[in-house]
Amino acid sequence: MSLNAFITEQRIEGDDDGALADATVAVKDNISTEGVETTCGSKMLEGYEPPYDATVVSRLKDAGATIVGKANMDEFGMGTTTETSYFGATKNPVDESRVPGGSSGGSAAAVAAGEADLALGSDTGGSIRCPAAYCGVVGIKPTYGLVSRYGLVAYANSLEQIGPIAETVEDAAALLDVVAGPDEHDGTTREVRRTSDSRAGDARETREEGADSDYAGAAEGDVDGLTIGVPTELVEGAEDAVVDVFEDALDDLEAQGAEVVEVSLPSVEYAVAAYYVIAMSEASSNLARFDGVRYGHSGGYDGNWNESFAKARSEGFGDEVKRRILLGTYALSAGYHDKYYKQAQEARSWVKQDFDEAFDDVDVLASPTMPMLPPELGESLDDPLKMYLADANTTPVNLANLPAISVPAGTSEGLPVGLQLVGPKFGEETIVNAAAAVED
Amino acid sequence: MPDSVDAEEVRHVADLARVDLDDDEVDEFVDQFGDILAHFEALEDVPEVEAEPDLVNVMRADEVEECLSQADALANADETEDGRFKGPNVS
Repeated sequence: MSLNAFITEQRIEGDDDGALADATVAVKDNISTEGVETTCGSKMLEGYEPPYDATVVSRLKDAGATIVGKANMDEFGMGTTTETSYFGATKNPVDESRVPGGSSGGSAAAVAAGEADLALGSDTGGSIRCPAAYCGVVGIKPTYGLVSRYGLVAYANSLEQIGPIAETVEDAAALLDVVAGPDEHDGTTREVRRTSDSRAGDARETREEGADSDYAGAAEGDVDGLTIGVPTELVEGAEDAVVDVFEDALDDLEAQGAEVVEVSLPSVEYAVAAYYVIAMSEASSNLARFDGVRYGHSGGYDGNWNESFAKARSEGFGDEVKRRILLGTYALSAGYHDKYYKQAQEARSWVKQDFDEAFDDVDVLASPTMPMLPPELGESLDDPLKMYLADANTTPVNLANLPAISVPAGTSEGLPVGLQLVGPKFGEETIVNAAAAVED
Repeated sequence: MPDSVDAEEVRHVADLARVDLDDDEVDEFVDQFGDILAHFEALEDVPEVEAEPDLVNVMRADEVEECLSQADALANADETEDGRFKGPNVS
């Protein structure tokens, strides 16, 4: 495979019929597939065959989809370029000298190159929207709790959601329809609440979010009367080449009857720092399970328990994963917890509040998905901080647990530019509808 | 302090995280962590926000349910013995 979009190419047939009976799907390699190798792009899990399917995989099979392989990714989802995979970098099908974005770069590249009709990725800080933007396809990061994370190998639980990638908004929404909805195996999905809470004085939420969704039907592109807020902070930092395409797309939406207004979200300036502190802290805890005893790379060391683990983990993890585990351990360690982790949680609350207030006045928020055009392969690996800062526009959405979509807005220098639309909690229909107007 | 993480601190954290580092890796991380932690320092300017999350109990009743068989659970282990995982010596 010249693009290296897949780590494992293996067909997994679904049921005979269903909503996706004619569709092929690439599944990111951090999503468990029963009996089919699932590596998370890491040497640590090379050869690991999960004994069960992730809930989203069961739903794909039930819908008749044919899974064509496990898509390449940044190791454990840690990266913005899909260059940190142990199995080599994926190339961007639009320009093979450039990165496809990450961490779901294999998923987006597979769709953009026509190697799969649809793909599932996971988005912890922009990992679906970034590669969608760089490869010129559509990616949706659902509201936290809409899609089950059961069977997703955890990197940062409180931030990540599985979501769809497709060539069109309608196709992405149709895949979301298949995977969304409550799951008894994941307590963070929205379940039925039959009891009313008298203390609260009103009936509790009784909706099953996503259970009978019709997101595909929402892809009408009718933005007449829609108010679109543009956070100035998310445009200021972007390259001119990106901003020009973004503003043309906004003009087009205005011509279709939308009202575009400027809004300010002062908290987002802190989102990258807050995101990385929280994600690294959760990663340091989640990745503690990889000791090579129950599964994964053991190195075959004998002798002292701790020393054997430290050697196996040193061999199994790549540089970016080690970096995040160590920084996360540091941020949670005695003396630094209040300075980093606690402050990051404060920032997270502030970001949520900022978004809530913005949605009092606007229906959706729009920004460039990524502040730059896709970089050349190898360009960003040496400077991790620079790579982290590229996530300025996507990370606030994960901190606030909101839904967002990246839709192609046009090209600059022959390279795709993505437009991000953010909606209120469980406002998937709204962003799907608005995104369809961008692609018209 | 965090602006200038030294090699000893990086080794200490690596030890806590059970990740062996060679000397080159330690040197590289000392440089990079200085930059990254300096960026994280901005969080000190974040104001306190009053947030009252809407919490719901999601725990199910503690009832025995179907789960992985012992053979499935052990299937990916390098070494097993008498139906159990076998790891390195504790000391």
